[in-house]
Amino acid sequence: MNTIKASTRLIAALAAVIAAFPSAAQEDDFITVVSWGGSYARSSVKAYHERFVEETGIQIKLDEYNGGLAQVRAQAETGNVTWDVVDMEAGDTLLGCDEGLLETIDYETLPAAPDGTPATEDFLDVFDVDCGAKSLIYSTVYAYNDTLFPDLKPATMADFFDLGKFPGRRGMRRTPNANLEFALVADGVPADQVYEALSSEEGIARAFRKLDIIKDKVVWWEAGAQPPQMLADGEVVMSTAYNGRIFNAWALEKQPLTIVWDGQVLATGYQVIVAGTPKLELARQFVAFATSTRSLANLTKYISYGPLRRSSLALVDKHEETGIEMEPHLPNAPQNMANAVLEDPEWWADNQDEMNERFAAWLIK
Amino acid sequence: MAKARTGAIMLALPLTAFILVTFIAPLGSMFMRSLYDPLVADIMPETVAALEEWDGTGLPPEQVYALAARELERAREEKTIGKLATRLNRDTSGLRSAVMRTGRGLKRAGGPPWSETLPAINAAWGEPATWQALARTGARVTPVYYLNAVDLTFGSDGGIVRQPEERRIYTALFIKTIRVSLTITLLCLAIGYPVAYLIAHSPPRLSRLLLVLVLVPFWTSLLVRTTSWIVLLQQQGVVNDLLVRFGLIPDEQRLTMIHNMTGTLVAMTHVLLPFMILPLYSVMRGIPAVQMQAAMSLGASWPRAFYRVYLPQSLPGVGAGCLLVFILAIGYYITPALVGGQSGQLISNFIAYHIQTSLNWGLAAALGCVLFVAVLLLFLLYDRVLGLDRMKLG
Amino acid sequence: MKLMRINPGQWALRLFCGLAFLFLIAPILVIIPLSFNAEPYFTFTRGMLELDPDAYSLRWYEQVIFGEQWQNAALNSLIIGVSATVLATVLGTLAALGLSSPALPWRRPLTALLISPLIVPIIISAAGMFFFYSSLSLTQTHAALILSHAALGAPFVVITVTASMAGFNRELLLAAASLGAGPARSFFRVQLPIISPGVISGALFAFAASLDEVVVVLFMGGIEQRTIPREMWSGIREEISPAILAAATFLILIAVLLLIAVELLQRPPKKTE
Repeated sequence: MNTIKASTRLIAALAAVIAAFPSAAQEDDFITVVSWGGSYARSSVKAYHERFVEETGIQIKLDEYNGGLAQVRAQAETGNVTWDVVDMEAGDTLLGCDEGLLETIDYETLPAAPDGTPATEDFLDVFDVDCGAKSLIYSTVYAYNDTLFPDLKPATMADFFDLGKFPGRRGMRRTPNANLEFALVADGVPADQVYEALSSEEGIARAFRKLDIIKDKVVWWEAGAQPPQMLADGEVVMSTAYNGRIFNAWALEKQPLTIVWDGQVLATGYQVIVAGTPKLELARQFVAFATSTRSLANLTKYISYGPLRRSSLALVDKHEETGIEMEPHLPNAPQNMANAVLEDPEWWADNQDEMNERFAAWLIK
Repeated sequence: MAKARTGAIMLALPLTAFILVTFIAPLGSMFMRSLYDPLVADIMPETVAALEEWDGTGLPPEQVYALAARELERAREEKTIGKLATRLNRDTSGLRSAVMRTGRGLKRAGGPPWSETLPAINAAWGEPATWQALARTGARVTPVYYLNAVDLTFGSDGGIVRQPEERRIYTALFIKTIRVSLTITLLCLAIGYPVAYLIAHSPPRLSRLLLVLVLVPFWTSLLVRTTSWIVLLQQQGVVNDLLVRFGLIPDEQRLTMIHNMTGTLVAMTHVLLPFMILPLYSVMRGIPAVQMQAAMSLGASWPRAFYRVYLPQSLPGVGAGCLLVFILAIGYYITPALVGGQSGQLISNFIAYHIQTSLNWGLAAALGCVLFVAVLLLFLLYDRVLGLDRMKLG
Repeated sequence: MKLMRINPGQWALRLFCGLAFLFLIAPILVIIPLSFNAEPYFTFTRGMLELDPDAYSLRWYEQVIFGEQWQNAALNSLIIGVSATVLATVLGTLAALGLSSPALPWRRPLTALLISPLIVPIIISAAGMFFFYSSLSLTQTHAALILSHAALGAPFVVITVTASMAGFNRELLLAAASLGAGPARSFFRVQLPIISPGVISGALFAFAASLDEVVVVLFMGGIEQRTIPREMWSGIREEISPAILAAATFLILIAVLLLIAVELLQRPPKKTE
């Protein structure tokens, strides 16, 4: 009697274990997508994550990050890859690709435009990296709190550095990136000669000298979600920020923020796949979906980042929730491009370490 | 007796082994990391070996060029060239793109003489500085991270020189860390000494209640306490709101008390204060109150009695509290990172930065080792002066 | 008569200490009401000060209790904390028994070694652990975090158990042995009941330390190892929301419970006084 009871229990237990397998396999039907937090992540979710889940049945686990290669490198080196797809900046994509941390992206496999133009021709001809599927163009601009400048309003990059004309504290990202470019443009260097200038010791010193002027008035931020909050709180009167975040705070939360496009630093964003992911096929599927004509165009319904496909540009329409015409708010709209710096990821990849050191030394001085 | 000895050893053995593996070995691996950097030598072994023969002036001979070309080509195939490029770039800015372009260029390039082909692919190979960098970073055991940790570096002639002024960070940072830690220690002592005195010499019931007021923060999560200071001190925070509401400051001129040194000092003093009060209290509890009364009844004034009778007896507590607070402060990371802004950053923040962001692990390890030695010296000094045996942990 | 003796100096001392206690406690207390804020702000709204019920809400608690992120974090904290505590308590108790025996050779250096994780600044320990486990390809695993937290927690157990042994009469063990009890039996019957307050408070210390630890988690944990303090850390750095305050209130509650438990354990029974 006892043996029978024991064996039935054993069989039942085994059955439970076996039954658990298919569900375990289903558990595997998700990918981890890593993106920048806050309103950008929310926009991506609405623009294409939701539709991807709906159409493929593959679930998406969303994780946040603030740039850099540390986690990707740790995962690749330990062979314990938990991130599958990352929304990455150009410089990191370049370095990660060089170091073999990222999978190569074959543009032939990305979907063609609706009119049949192959992906290889549809994407805008900006900075190519072997490991990145181009997705969007964003820019670091500065914005100000409108209510604090009732009469004279800041209009140029030079105004950001002009404490006499526009007193008050400034927000800036705690990296040398974009800040050095801003400083040179404010100091009178034409936008297209910024990196030429930065390639000499004199140019770098000039940028830091310009930054010296406002250093004591700067509040440093790290996460892209911070500047709109700092501006809204009155913690700063103007701040550098990603243009899409400012747009969202203005359009959705009705914050009185205005973007100054002069001297903006344009940069490209990529979807990359972490090398060694056990979900390579799912990841490729997601990247193809996320960089399709429709997904990139859809993103502009939620946040003002420009698509890197020509076919998506043609589809840019109105903001989903407010009905605002989006085209004028994209960083690469012609009227915003008058004095724009196009980020040079190669220069940054070569000089990032040294600039970080100098920036850190400058900060604690 | 031998049996008791074996028994005692057997009991202590498991944890000893555990601590050796999970704690001492990690410290050892940090020390290794700070000195041992085989990356370049592993990827370009023959080139590095050949460069050892080279006198370091002018350009190396054709044979070295040929080896370099072969090993760069292999590194590209094995996808290790990116790591090589990153490492060399850390030594000399610009070498990253030079190496990567060379790797790509080698696919299409012709053959020997390599001393002409390589510079044709990328001009960097025609510069003696590039080869010097390769020779320098090729050493498996290198003091370079320790040099960098104290703002020194190798000059172009191979001698040790100071970093250019705009790249000097760490000596100033070590000094600042020590200065801030000392300030916090003194603040804790100034606040903690009277508090511990009051607790130690109150009636038992009151004393226990007051002790709880110290223990609650002691047990409360560090992140919770740091969060509270953000809540209190930020521009739209509680303290500023109160000041504005009571008309002490106008609304437009709210005080900046956080994301700067003030924030770091206030929050860290709060976090570390219990570590000062508890050792002080446990020493003061043992000082009989009658001694003071006796001294005063013999005609000594209160300050004099305190100075001659009470203070000397409380010194072990002062020593233990100060040591604890100072050591905890010198290695603090979370609080300065969250409330310190740019001016409130300490050495620990840079260790974390090099581990997590810049990925310069050798430098992070060297900074960690320097800090570790400083703490060790402090302990030895303390042991000499006051004796670790007399230290009490509350 | 007694009142007369309270001089101005003593009043100054009391006033000073009152302010010091305010400094210690107020920041912790201020979090609790703010966690019931109906608005997404970190400060008291006018409505809250006027005790308007609409200004208060439980929405942040809902977020923390039902949010998947926080649930996962709580689970991770629990798994890591409990495993590390068990490991630290077993090893630490054994070691403390060994250390308290006068027969143990090199007692002083050995004690220093076993206590060292408590004394070395956490940034150094965490950096070392990061390098160590990454060379073994073990970062981003629960195992590495459990081992690390156990190493950081074991010294607490060693200290509290050693302290509880200080009053332990070794003659009792001899007596038990002479009555025929084996070592295991005499340990469980004679020694354990006496040192158990020390063991339990050591375990509570170790658990609290693990629950509060974030530097090691930051360096070594991946998305699968996010703990409550790790979640709070990114909450503070990214978008600050009162949900963090709700989580913080829970942590304060846990701290108070742990504190009460340890106090009860360390207080000798009244009748023996």
